[in-house]
Amino acid sequence: MATKYLRIQRLRRVYVWELPVRFYHWLNALVLLALIATGFYIANPLAIQSQREATNQYTMGWVRYVHFAAAYLFFFNFLFRLYWGFVGNKYANWKQFIPTSGRFFKEMWHVFKMDILMLKGKEHMSVGHNAMAGFIYFLTFIAFLVQCLTGFGLYAAMSDWWFPHLFSWVPSLLGGEILTRQIHHWAMWVFILFVIIHVYLVFYHDYVEGRGEMSSMGGGWKFIEEETFEENKPLTPNPETKELVTAEPKK
Amino acid sequence: MTNDSPPKTQPTYYQEVVRKGYSRRDFLSFVTMMTAFMGLEQSVVGQVTKALENKPRIPVIWLHFQECTCCSESFIRSSHPIVADILLDKISLDYSETLMAASGFQAEAAMKNTMEKYKGEYILCVEGSVPTGADGVYCMIGGKTSMQILEEASAGAKAVIAWGSCASNGCVQSAKPNPTNATPIHKLLKSGVPLIKVPGCPPIGEVMAGVIVHLVTFGKIPELDRLGRPKAFYSKRVHDTCYRRPYYDAGLYVESFDDENAKKGYCLYKVGCKGPSTYNACGVMKWNNGVSYPIQSGHGCIGCSEENFWDNGRLYERASAFAGFGIESNADDLGKAALVATGVGLAAHAIATNIRKHKLITNLEKEGKTSEQELKS
Repeated sequence: MATKYLRIQRLRRVYVWELPVRFYHWLNALVLLALIATGFYIANPLAIQSQREATNQYTMGWVRYVHFAAAYLFFFNFLFRLYWGFVGNKYANWKQFIPTSGRFFKEMWHVFKMDILMLKGKEHMSVGHNAMAGFIYFLTFIAFLVQCLTGFGLYAAMSDWWFPHLFSWVPSLLGGEILTRQIHHWAMWVFILFVIIHVYLVFYHDYVEGRGEMSSMGGGWKFIEEETFEENKPLTPNPETKELVTAEPKK
Repeated sequence: MTNDSPPKTQPTYYQEVVRKGYSRRDFLSFVTMMTAFMGLEQSVVGQVTKALENKPRIPVIWLHFQECTCCSESFIRSSHPIVADILLDKISLDYSETLMAASGFQAEAAMKNTMEKYKGEYILCVEGSVPTGADGVYCMIGGKTSMQILEEASAGAKAVIAWGSCASNGCVQSAKPNPTNATPIHKLLKSGVPLIKVPGCPPIGEVMAGVIVHLVTFGKIPELDRLGRPKAFYSKRVHDTCYRRPYYDAGLYVESFDDENAKKGYCLYKVGCKGPSTYNACGVMKWNNGVSYPIQSGHGCIGCSEENFWDNGRLYERASAFAGFGIESNADDLGKAALVATGVGLAAHAIATNIRKHKLITNLEKEGKTSEQELKS
């Protein structure tokens, strides 16, 4: 076969995830885990036998406090990320998440064929999110929204602050808090399943691409092959101007 | 006060109270109680007294549709006798299927009479939902469907009160699959008529009395929340006023009925209490002259004043039901199943990756190993 000779790749460093994106990512991860853990406790508290007076205990109270504090962090972190989708670099841009072109769907289909159906063909190697991942993140943003709406909707009745009251229409719209609570609970499972698949796919991409997928959310760097870089350089649209970046002519 | 009132005018409430043989002291204690129930300040007692002394009684038509009459039962058991005697007996005798003396044509005539004579002045109380299925034949009174009766009676009403969960949100007869298409009245009323929803199965008698006294005293409907319920009675969750709340915050729960924790009076959260999702005044007003309420009797709240409480999951479990996956399905069981399925799927994917992308992976490995060997140690 022709590929007897090993090709040693020259790798080019790309700054993919800016510091705010990484900060968002890890804060979001931490807060999500806290919300899931405390959420499970709130839904079905552990059985504690205690001889102490109820006055001296505040277990559920603290768990709820952590849940609500984490919810605020989650919400404002989420808002910040939405903002960053307009001012961040091209890999953070909102167009990475919302299909706006035929190319997006084409790439999704390609990723589906290569990474899920495991068909043979030209491997898709994206630098930032691939289109499929971007679209899944868009769906998780919708799940974020559902959790924020139902969560703050439920919380509104316990708060004096005007902010949660902005959500008090949610339980009324859904026809009561019993159903609102259940939707909040169901939606949590979306996050759990997402986290597992997400972590798996990070391992997967690191394994088959060898571009530093895992460490990229730490330092922000990914490393792509010099030839891939040259191939893609003129074809990357600038999200601001929608023009193709043609700084250097293709060799 | 004079009695030579014009023919259209009814006697005042106070006149009726006196005629019934109550003393002024009874009357004042009643007024004070109602003022407190409505959540008003003590200084308003005088205002309420004056209103009840001077205002002629408002005619009330009390319609019963698809219901069990527990609302009426609750109302006549309000803690103060004057509530039943005057507000119900004297007000609603114009027409109330359960309590009026007249029957047949006489009764129908009385209702028609009130509707014509006091057009735009009477209060229409509706107890029960309206079945709209099969052209409304499931509930017919005097040859008319409840839909027709509601339409006629609400046309000239000053305000409509939806008594109980049936009229407010359909209650159990509208549970899936809702064979009679039982419909709460707010979905049927023509817009323009003020509507007050007083949900509960039944609502608390004092709450019902409070709503009527408010209408009578101030001549306008009480302040309502987003869902059309009076804020004075439905702005707090049962959970917020529960005397077992400290156990909730402490994390001490009844695990099963009659266990040690139940005997200690711990929180009923884990045995399905819907107090945290239910807006009502049970914890404050209680029932049967303030004797008790479900939680105090060791039974969780079933959320009877909330919409769809009959279809929204099980009454004795905290777990979230998941519709469409069987009666016993539970969101967490479903989640765990999805988790296992995901795990299996990912494992299969990992294996497939190592087979299908073997070349890609080995190239990376070779490249990496070559570099390792070429570096000096």
